Amino acid sequence: MNLNATLVAQLVVFFILAWFTMKFVWPPIVKALDERAKKISDGLAAADRGKHDLELATKRSAEALREGKEKASELIAGADKRAAQIIDEAKSQAKVEADRIVAAAKAEIEQEVVRAKEGLRERVAELAVVGAEKILRREIDAKAHADILSTIKQDL
Amino acid sequence: MENAHEAVAEHAANAPTAGEYIVHHLTHFNSTGHAQSAVIDFSVINVDTVVFSILMGILGLFVMWRVAKSVTSGVPGRMQAAVEIVLEMVNNQAKGIVHSEESRKFVAPLALTVFIWIFLMNSMDFLPVDLLPSLWQAASGDHHAFLRVVPTADLNGTLGMSIGVLLVCIWYNIKIKGLGGWVHELFTAPFGSHPLLYPINFAMQMIEFLAKTVSHGMRLFGNMYAGELVFMLIALMGAAWAGTATGAFLWIGGVIAGSVWAIFHILIVALQAFIFMMLTLVYIGQAHESH
Repeated sequence: MNLNATLVAQLVVFFILAWFTMKFVWPPIVKALDERAKKISDGLAAADRGKHDLELATKRSAEALREGKEKASELIAGADKRAAQIIDEAKSQAKVEADRIVAAAKAEIEQEVVRAKEGLRERVAELAVVGAEKILRREIDAKAHADILSTIKQDL
Repeated sequence: MENAHEAVAEHAANAPTAGEYIVHHLTHFNSTGHAQSAVIDFSVINVDTVVFSILMGILGLFVMWRVAKSVTSGVPGRMQAAVEIVLEMVNNQAKGIVHSEESRKFVAPLALTVFIWIFLMNSMDFLPVDLLPSLWQAASGDHHAFLRVVPTADLNGTLGMSIGVLLVCIWYNIKIKGLGGWVHELFTAPFGSHPLLYPINFAMQMIEFLAKTVSHGMRLFGNMYAGELVFMLIALMGAAWAGTATGAFLWIGGVIAGSVWAIFHILIVALQAFIFMMLTLVYIGQAHESH
């Protein structure tokens, strides 16, 4: 319980120890603590950002999916329409073609008919001439009555 | 204790009486080699207090310095985590009490030093009371050599530190308020600025500084001194077993009391170190505030 020079020694030691701590112990540890705190807060912020990004990406992918579906159904509808159109076109074309063919055939038939009539006319004329020749062989000259025969041919 | 005293005296004639045992244990190993007679004598120095306090200071700072050298902001090791916990605790207390960031660069490390150092010095109490003194007596060859191992149970040790805190307080008073400002405060606070009140204010301020410093040092000293004394009394009780019928019970009592007191002392050791640190911060924080 006596006071002596120990007090002064303790006082000096006190300040030396405090100085040492201030110089060599405190700053690096506090620096590391601050750095770690920053790392942690950065990490948390990054995690939040990641979550947010994920949400956005999910939303975007759903949007893209929906758009794709819409486009696909649009395409299908378009294709259906086009197919129907093509079929219609083909039908009308076919009809036109058929009409044309029918018309051509009719024309040809008519021509044939004309030609047959022509042939028949010739043939009948010939037969008539032959008949007449046979009848008139004796008295009618084919050459002298050619104009009469051709008039008859015209009337046939 | 009277039983113990008689028993010890009867059965070992050369052994000290209980009173002698305690007085011997409470005498410092100082530069004179015998107990100091004057209450205040600055030609004497307590070698044991100085050596053990420096040893504890070096031990504490060496451990923290090693941690500080290999400190990482990544995943900390256990030792680093332990030091970080203490440092963070001290830093938070300092932030709450001392509001100047500039001052905290010195004050917070000071508080940490105080806490660790006092904790370690107090912890010397956990060693068996006779262990180091006996070893020292054997090593020095003097069977009456004095040695006290708890530096905080020496008033010089605790008052040395509290006066250190006082000096820091005066330093910050002058630094923050200016010499003129501080002197002005000494004469005008706490009662007000009136010439008639100057002496009263000044006297109050002086009493305040004195009371703060003395109570700061005395509180720690008283706790550790009393703790040490109780350990000695328990040791005496344990030693009283020799040759008496009730001795065996005293020995068992010594074991039980020693265990209980040592466990309770863990609280006191940590608590007193914390209190000293907190008061250091509070007093320095007060030096920053203007009245």
